Amino acid sequence: MITAGIDMGAKTIKVVIVKDNKIVARSMNPTGFEPVQTAEKTLEEAIKQAGISRGDIKKILTTGAGRKSIPFADNSVTEVTADAKGINYLLPSVRTIVDIGAEEARGISSDASGRVLDFSKNDKCAAGAGAFVESMSRALELTVPLMIEISHKSTKDAPINATCAVFAESEVVSLIHTKIDKADIAHAVHDAIASRVCSMVRRIPIEKDVALIGGVANNTAIVEAMKKHLGVEIKVPEKPEYVSALGAALLAAA
Amino acid sequence: MTTEFYRWTENTWKSPDIDWRKGQTITCGIDVGSVSSQAVIMVDDKIYAFCNTRTGSNSPDSANKALSISLKDTGMKPEDIQFIVGTGYGRVNIPMAKKAITEIACHARGANYMGGPSVKTILDMGGQDLKGIHCDERGKVTQFLMNDKCAAGTGRGMEVMAELLQVPIVDVGKMSLDVKEEPEPVSSTCVIFAKSEAIGLLRSGWTKNMVLAAYCSAMAHRVVGLLERIGVEKEFVITGGIAKNIGVVSRIEKELGLKVKPLSPDPQIAGGLGAAIFAKDLLLKSRKTA
Repeated sequence: MITAGIDMGAKTIKVVIVKDNKIVARSMNPTGFEPVQTAEKTLEEAIKQAGISRGDIKKILTTGAGRKSIPFADNSVTEVTADAKGINYLLPSVRTIVDIGAEEARGISSDASGRVLDFSKNDKCAAGAGAFVESMSRALELTVPLMIEISHKSTKDAPINATCAVFAESEVVSLIHTKIDKADIAHAVHDAIASRVCSMVRRIPIEKDVALIGGVANNTAIVEAMKKHLGVEIKVPEKPEYVSALGAALLAAA
Repeated sequence: MTTEFYRWTENTWKSPDIDWRKGQTITCGIDVGSVSSQAVIMVDDKIYAFCNTRTGSNSPDSANKALSISLKDTGMKPEDIQFIVGTGYGRVNIPMAKKAITEIACHARGANYMGGPSVKTILDMGGQDLKGIHCDERGKVTQFLMNDKCAAGTGRGMEVMAELLQVPIVDVGKMSLDVKEEPEPVSSTCVIFAKSEAIGLLRSGWTKNMVLAAYCSAMAHRVVGLLERIGVEKEFVITGGIAKNIGVVSRIEKELGLKVKPLSPDPQIAGGLGAAIFAKDLLLKSRKTA
């Protein structure tokens, strides 16, 4: 049986196609201003990659912020449900999932079968989401990969409050003016976002293993900082940004 | 040169009819805020001069700049000032100040001076924070509430929107009122998300004026939410830079069903003015004990 999951994220749209419980295609595009068209295009790309035709797909489930907007989908599931299902497939030992997307972060507690037990989330504020990293990289005038790289070379703590991404941007600018090393600023920025996310995640019980997913999970500096703040090892699956779409595809087959 | 749309007008004022040399007390309040700094010079009971300027990267320099601009063409030197009080976000870092007083106390005192004893509720809409303050007829704070954790509803938030829409910030209020009908407010709380929302609205065919209207009305709504937690008693005044944005002020009035009492000469100097009044009190007290 072939099914597809579409994750309609705030910043990117991801598609995963699953055939008989195996991932056969993944594709991703920036959401842009025409999300329905982007979803269509991303799905077509995945279909091509899988070497199947549109008619072979038995069911399409959407998830993510824009999940209700797709007319060609059969149904939708919440990101929380999709995340738990997706991670259970990839890393079955995981009981706590932290998902940091572009505009939203979630903490999810799940059982051995990938069912959600509890969750907490922040979708009101950029200070605990991927948008924060991007706005800081602009303030530092570094690309995100470079910001991550130099962050690992930091030797000192830089003072940064960073309760708000807009305020943090001004803070970063004045730190640069006072000749604080950009590596230390980058490190402080990553530490700040991790600390915000962790305080949100602590509203649910944190049980091992803990996994970090979503686009921000590719940021090794944040993974490091999360380990420090939560005091536990953190697993990151391969291609962490596709976990929600994968979960949706798996649920479509269920 | 690229236009800096976020730049608001810096202003300075000097009394034409006060001879400061005849004054019994010459005091000054310096308010170093996160975005703007003010110096207000008082001679006896009157405002003699003030200036309102942008805060630089460090507090001592910003305080110096504000003081020297306000002293320009007065013949007064910093040493002629008998007592200086510092206030605002950078108040502990103002070298020439003999004392630092919180901006909450200073805003209440300054608003009481400008608006009179009938002022009971003050909304300070600053560069990076938002405060609701209750005071008595002498300008003494009785209660306050503040948000300094989030840019929503602050001057910085408005600056970000002005830059995004490429509209000079001083025109935002007027333009936001120039719409056929009031649009739905911007739904995102976070300024970063509101930016993406605004871009989406422009893409879907909204005019800049409509987006500004939606943003001003979201801001007014947020502020009213904070105010309602402490309650609003008449007279009600607004201090800080956003007090000059008619688009936000008129929407706050509409939501509260209450008129805002205007403050003159300048709602943005309330903190510095209050500090200058405290400085005068402290000066008189020190003379008495001496």
